[in-house]
Amino acid sequence: MSKETSAVVKEACQRIGRERHNLLDILLEIQEKLRCVDQEAMQLIGEELSISSVTVEGVVSFYAFLSQEPKGKVIIRLCDDIVDRFAGIEAVAEVLCEEFGIQMGETTEDGKISLEYTPCIGMCDQAPAALVNDVVVTNLDVRSAREMAKNLKKHLNPAKLVKKLGDGNNANKWIKSMVQNNILRRGEVIFNDEGTPEAGLKHALTKTPKEVIKTIQKSYLKGRGGAGFPTGMKWNFARASEGARRYIFCNADEGEPGTFKDRVLLTECPDLMFEGMTIAAYAVGSDSGIVYLRGEYTYLHQFLEKVLAERRKQGLLGENICGKKGFHFDIRIQMGAGSYICGEETSLISSCEGHRGNPKTRPPYPAQEGYLGAPTVVNNVETLCRVPRILEKGAEWFASIGTKESTGTKLLSVSGDCESPGVYEVAWGITVRELLKMVGAEEAAIVVVGGPSGQLIGRTAFERRIAFEDLPTGGSIVVFGIERSVLEIVHYYMEFFIDESCGYCTPCRVGNVLLKKRIEKIMDGLGELEDIAYLKDLSKTVIMTSRCGLGITAPNPILSSLEHFPLVYSAIVKKRHDGLQQGFDIKRALEKSREIAKRRSRIYDRAYGEKPISVENIG
Amino acid sequence: MEKPRIATCSLAGCFGCHMSFLDIDERFLELIKLVDFDRSPINDIKRFSQRCDIGLVEGGCCNEENVQTLQKFRKNCDVLISVGQCAINGGVPAMRNAIMGGDDPLKDCLEEAYLTCPTSYNPAHEIPNDPALPLLLDIVYPCHEVVKIDYAIPGCPPSADTLWHTLVALVKGEPTDLPYELLKYD
Repeated sequence: MSKETSAVVKEACQRIGRERHNLLDILLEIQEKLRCVDQEAMQLIGEELSISSVTVEGVVSFYAFLSQEPKGKVIIRLCDDIVDRFAGIEAVAEVLCEEFGIQMGETTEDGKISLEYTPCIGMCDQAPAALVNDVVVTNLDVRSAREMAKNLKKHLNPAKLVKKLGDGNNANKWIKSMVQNNILRRGEVIFNDEGTPEAGLKHALTKTPKEVIKTIQKSYLKGRGGAGFPTGMKWNFARASEGARRYIFCNADEGEPGTFKDRVLLTECPDLMFEGMTIAAYAVGSDSGIVYLRGEYTYLHQFLEKVLAERRKQGLLGENICGKKGFHFDIRIQMGAGSYICGEETSLISSCEGHRGNPKTRPPYPAQEGYLGAPTVVNNVETLCRVPRILEKGAEWFASIGTKESTGTKLLSVSGDCESPGVYEVAWGITVRELLKMVGAEEAAIVVVGGPSGQLIGRTAFERRIAFEDLPTGGSIVVFGIERSVLEIVHYYMEFFIDESCGYCTPCRVGNVLLKKRIEKIMDGLGELEDIAYLKDLSKTVIMTSRCGLGITAPNPILSSLEHFPLVYSAIVKKRHDGLQQGFDIKRALEKSREIAKRRSRIYDRAYGEKPISVENIG
Repeated sequence: MEKPRIATCSLAGCFGCHMSFLDIDERFLELIKLVDFDRSPINDIKRFSQRCDIGLVEGGCCNEENVQTLQKFRKNCDVLISVGQCAINGGVPAMRNAIMGGDDPLKDCLEEAYLTCPTSYNPAHEIPNDPALPLLLDIVYPCHEVVKIDYAIPGCPPSADTLWHTLVALVKGEPTDLPYELLKYD
């Protein structure tokens, strides 16, 4: 057993704590120090935490940022989102492969560099982008990629890749990133500068917790992560549930492809978010909060810790907050490790508990039995950022913005084929056409509202409104021009869901693969009318029988493209009369066999000059 | 009116479905009053003599000959029915589809079956490769992935009663209403 592994594992377990719910932190640290979590390390961790090494392996194999094989000192993760693809990430990959002499997914022999693809890293407005260890590199092209490779070969220090700092807090000494905020529209609730810091919290503390919940309920604030569950009701459930402790979780695992508004909030409004969590804690009766920060946003970690430390210093966290006797609350940050499904609240809780990030069966809902069995409120970053404003300015003010069912404003992350990609704070109820005008994409042909789990719409639906009543979205708006292929987009999104499925339930694990295969058949020009019926039918099954939101929404790209782009499908599928399945290719099916047997097929490989095989002359 | 014509075949199956078909016993006498049998192992007719109304297919496709036979059935039958799990899902033969780790799963499968498996007796230490042997497909395909299939009769095998009721209903053009017992398999 190597001494280094043993020392690193023991040290990590000792310092972080030998409890199961610390497992992810322990693994992340070991991964960083040893560049992998190998069998030996897993064995040791198992012994330290008194769990089986297989359990540890289950967790390690779940996360994209943990690996059993050693990774390079510098890992370059290219964002493989469809927006980045269209922006030219493949050319960037080619250059990097050439420079380092390896393929994507490989590590250089000297153990210095690894090249990988990773799903959306939340930088679609400055695509193509990449993560170099924790450092974000944006707006890549062939030239800058080559320069990056040359520099890395010289100094192997990702931090030195950042030449020009981004705007706002991106230039803060604790972030020092080249990321740009691109806040292109400041709405009335979050990005206006009229709010007074901590006014919401101070006002809340003058009320009883029940009154605070009432205010939130009256504002009709709904969850901004995508599902739109009424926030006040969630708090009320958690408050009413029995439990020695209650937890407030902030879901900063923004993973829906095309969403990056939480990144901007975490950069520019962390105080607002922490204030919102503190108010939630007061309302629900919690003394402990966790921010689950996606691994891709590690570059914000230190900064957020500093903000927390400052809040503690000012008495906004800790004991007797703002002088309120008996109100104690503190927040810690839990880093994620590269998993889309962990943005689903029960998966997020599993992940924090040191398990695989599998969704849990509901009921019980997290508000009843969540983190470590205690009542838990999980709110999105953006939801929490609205809470202080509602307390400060009143529920009526908030409810007067937007529509009846969708109150307040919404942050939209707009990317793709538009002139001004970035974050827009708009009142709910804006039509797609109005938005497209705002972002400079009036010629758009396809708009994905709500990311892959939302809807693909075309020009006939541009009068529809972005609101819970019509087209809901967690914030992702991806715009595509006339030159993009609907089927390619659908295919990409299915691939994404297949990669990110936790694999627990069969409809999701298998169904989505079958759906993707059928889309491929259609893309190959082999589609038949029956395939459309098959897609609809199987989609319905996957939606009805999957366990969590991922499976329930995964067929959406297929269903919404069928609804909004029927002509695309009908132009490419054909009716056939020979009764043969076009997807079945006998030549391909026999290829391996021919190689092994070293002879041709006496049925299907006609010799030169013989009539080619068709249904008419089979046999 | 001419009696409907039936053809049957067994592809990558075990003939169990045909055996189950024989289990309709004396009802065969009734059946041949209703239908004529064309190409089928039951009467040992090897080729289609004319177009048929109904084709019953047992087994999936594991080799080129299976594909050829199935395509002939599709060409010669108005209604084509997958009978039993192998035809519908690939069944037991499709267990080899689970070998997929290596670069060449088919080779791995043949080597395990003929060379490395502890229970194989093969003094010549060769994988059979007589020119008369049809080439294997890369994986075992259920029938509906090779040709269009109109109906499926599930079961491993479907019981004689299931086959009898379905067939008679189809021939008479009536809806089937199989009792639960005939369609439950646990």
